Amino acid sequence: MTRSFVGRTSGPEAIRPELAQPGSELQPPPTVRTISRPGSTQLRFGVTMLWLSLIVLLPLTAIAWQAVDGGWQAFWLAISSHAALEAFRVTLTASVVVTVFNMVFGLLTAWVLVRDDFPGKALLDVFIDLPFALPTIVTSLVMLALYGKNSPVGLHLQHTPPGVMVALAFVTLPLVVRAVQPVLLEIDRDVEEAAASLGASGPKVLTSIVLPSLLPAVLSGAGLSFSRCVAEFGSVVTIGGQVPGKTEVSSQWIRALIENDDRTGAAAISIVLLSISFTVLILLRVLGGRTARREEKAAA
Amino acid sequence: MKSLPWARYLTRYVVLAYIGVMLILPVILILWRTFRPGFSQFYDWISTPAAISALNLSLLVVAIVLPLNVVFGVMTAILLARNRFRGRGVLQAVVDLPFAVSPIIVGVALILLWGSAGALGFVENDFGFKIIFGTPGIVLASIFVTLPFVIREVQPVLQEVGTEQEQAAATLGSNWWQTFWRVTLPSIGWGLTYGVVLTTARTLGEFGGVIMVSSNLPGESQTLTLLVNDRYNRGAEYGAYALSTMLMGVAVAFLVVKTIVQVRRKRARQA
Amino acid sequence: MPQRLNDIRSAWRWRPVATLALVAGLVAACEGGASDVVGGGALTNVNAKITLVAYSVPEPGWSKVIPVFNASPEGKGLQVVTSYAASADQSRGVVEGKPADIVNFSVEPDITRLVKAGKVSPDWDKDGGRGIPFGSVVTLVVRKGNPKNIKGWDDLLRPDVEVVTPSPLSSGSAKWNLLAPYAAKSNGGRDSRGGIEFISKLVHEHVKLRPSSGRLATSVFVEGSGDVLISYENEAIAIERQGKPVEHILPEQTFKIENPVAVVTTSPHLDAANAFNNFQYTAAAQTAWAQAGFRAVDPAVANNFRDQYPVPVKLWTIDDLGGWSTADPQLFDKNTGSITKIYQEATG
Repeated sequence: MTRSFVGRTSGPEAIRPELAQPGSELQPPPTVRTISRPGSTQLRFGVTMLWLSLIVLLPLTAIAWQAVDGGWQAFWLAISSHAALEAFRVTLTASVVVTVFNMVFGLLTAWVLVRDDFPGKALLDVFIDLPFALPTIVTSLVMLALYGKNSPVGLHLQHTPPGVMVALAFVTLPLVVRAVQPVLLEIDRDVEEAAASLGASGPKVLTSIVLPSLLPAVLSGAGLSFSRCVAEFGSVVTIGGQVPGKTEVSSQWIRALIENDDRTGAAAISIVLLSISFTVLILLRVLGGRTARREEKAAA
Repeated sequence: MKSLPWARYLTRYVVLAYIGVMLILPVILILWRTFRPGFSQFYDWISTPAAISALNLSLLVVAIVLPLNVVFGVMTAILLARNRFRGRGVLQAVVDLPFAVSPIIVGVALILLWGSAGALGFVENDFGFKIIFGTPGIVLASIFVTLPFVIREVQPVLQEVGTEQEQAAATLGSNWWQTFWRVTLPSIGWGLTYGVVLTTARTLGEFGGVIMVSSNLPGESQTLTLLVNDRYNRGAEYGAYALSTMLMGVAVAFLVVKTIVQVRRKRARQA
Repeated sequence: MPQRLNDIRSAWRWRPVATLALVAGLVAACEGGASDVVGGGALTNVNAKITLVAYSVPEPGWSKVIPVFNASPEGKGLQVVTSYAASADQSRGVVEGKPADIVNFSVEPDITRLVKAGKVSPDWDKDGGRGIPFGSVVTLVVRKGNPKNIKGWDDLLRPDVEVVTPSPLSSGSAKWNLLAPYAAKSNGGRDSRGGIEFISKLVHEHVKLRPSSGRLATSVFVEGSGDVLISYENEAIAIERQGKPVEHILPEQTFKIENPVAVVTTSPHLDAANAFNNFQYTAAAQTAWAQAGFRAVDPAVANNFRDQYPVPVKLWTIDDLGGWSTADPQLFDKNTGSITKIYQEATG
């Protein structure tokens, strides 16, 4: 789950990250008929729509259908039940805390990886992606081994909210880093040097030139991080312990509802969870896109 | 920008401490716990019949998911990159949806759709074709979560590369298939490979969706991740750690492959 | 330019494909199976396979009994694949199509669900064994040394005691766990208000978690949450044998646990499943069950092990409460059961 982060050394993406970002409003060039026969565009469109419908849209529609199966009354009851609200609270709190944490440390890490140099940096860079490649259940066991009852460092975080947050921070570690890195690589250092030669101090350059241009990328990474935290299940399973009101996240409550044979409730909570993470994702992308365009206009 | 040396060292060591505690410490601990009893113990636990079956099933799922995602993913990417039509934004958003969906929700959705009491339950009831509690369920869940990867890696490349080469080929008289095979496909080569690596890693690691739709029978319908969970639940802790370490080794192998792909990609662009 | 294209194409095409082919080849050469036992405990000459879908805690028992079965003439070459999870969850799964040839649930209602769905014959409990080859009793599991000095049900209501017990909506264990104090406090169901009052206080004030199965409740307790775990005696014995720092107490009044086993009539391996089912009542199987921590139903075998399995002062049974057909709807019905309602109020 990562944006392609190989630095683009030329082309419009260098200063306009939103061109590379899905969900942007920039239009492609008008339809080109080079790799299409007349009419094959429609075929391609049809096949693509069929594929996406079958795999993505149909299942999600089934959830929406089941969620309103008992009427709006049942829907409301399910999402406002004590356990559901507690689960939302736990999930959102943990997600916000972890996302903010990631924004700070992700930015710092990207900075060090791009602007600093020390032996082993390249190895570290590769290793950052480990949480992406690791199965979530493995993460959960690893976290339990380190912060559970038999913790070798004396930290016992099992069945506590900090335990859940540590697991979430692990799986979302690469997201902000990988969003910021390519932008940091591309930043036009001439502007910084010009500002410095005009007498602006280091911190001033940082806050008025560098950070603003990184903001869209940080926001984009934060959006991904938040969405992932809200949706996460496997990595908090063993270390969290599913304590209602403390460490039970919404995805676990959904599973409990299925195990208790309450499909309508499970579908209802799913719809709410989906809406939250999807909205935040889109919002931060749009925000990031707008900020980037504003930056460009200012720079032009 | 010249930064003060102390600020530089402070940032560097803060970040190293962060990565060390978050990433390196857990990995070292697991490796230690796994190999302390000796390598033969480790090997025994990753070669039990159930483990081999789990590996077979996981690889089978990858073998089905990959080609489907590559074919349809490239098709979708071409559509999004080259064509202009109403609803393009919506399509783009649909491609992004799997990122916002919790794996548990994927499982719930598939059960509601394909279960015997579900909307498309006739497939199981009338044709006897099991999707939930069968391998197709695991495949569908895996395709759902890995759908965006190939598309998102190929689409920007297509947009960046532009259509000049394809137009040139067209004017030189090649038909659409030749143009696709000889011009488009090689140009997206690295992006596609990257997407393939991500898809494979994610498919092997899928847990939340699979645990809902699989019948979880050892030797038949357990993937590697389900077996890790099973072992932990029944108290075979060491077995769970051993298999986890194996999966971690596979993850590291993917990281290495990914880096090689990226380096080659960079080099190819600069050429 | 053509040189670069050829370079790219050749490089990324053959190498990963070659690796994949190599891996696939290696993997195809190794055969899998259902056994997850280290050191080749797998069955050779498998000529048939049946699937056992069970509740979450009987694994120590089945692991002992299945090899005994395979060593016997009836069970030669018959591989038994096992699945363990929360009882009601498994039961609903089988109704929805989870493959099963023989089922072993924690409580009878989970079998009744299958009878209603046409998957189990209504006569499943009509034979001599009444469909119940083994059982247990409800016990209280505490930390080693019993630091909180728990002796009986009343101690659970002390202010400093946190109780761990699974959720009755998905777990069979949970039902037994709550029937025990209910029967004790309601004098065998005669004073149901007294029983419900006790359960209400227990669940509202002392139960903080809702693990979905007996096994998950044990995990959560072993990992450090709670002071007392209500569980099966066989589960307590199993975790003690694993070396976990716990011990179990038999309250003066407790409940007799009877775990049913039934053959799925829609199974394609009916003979094999029946053979396996009937085997459970033989002396060899009963001895294996007793050795694994379960209470055997065969009186002769039970007698041999009577030192290991003490008899409580008062042992209530489901028949005292009118049988499952009365007690289950009254107490555990999803919408109207009195205990279910308490749970839903308390935990949302």
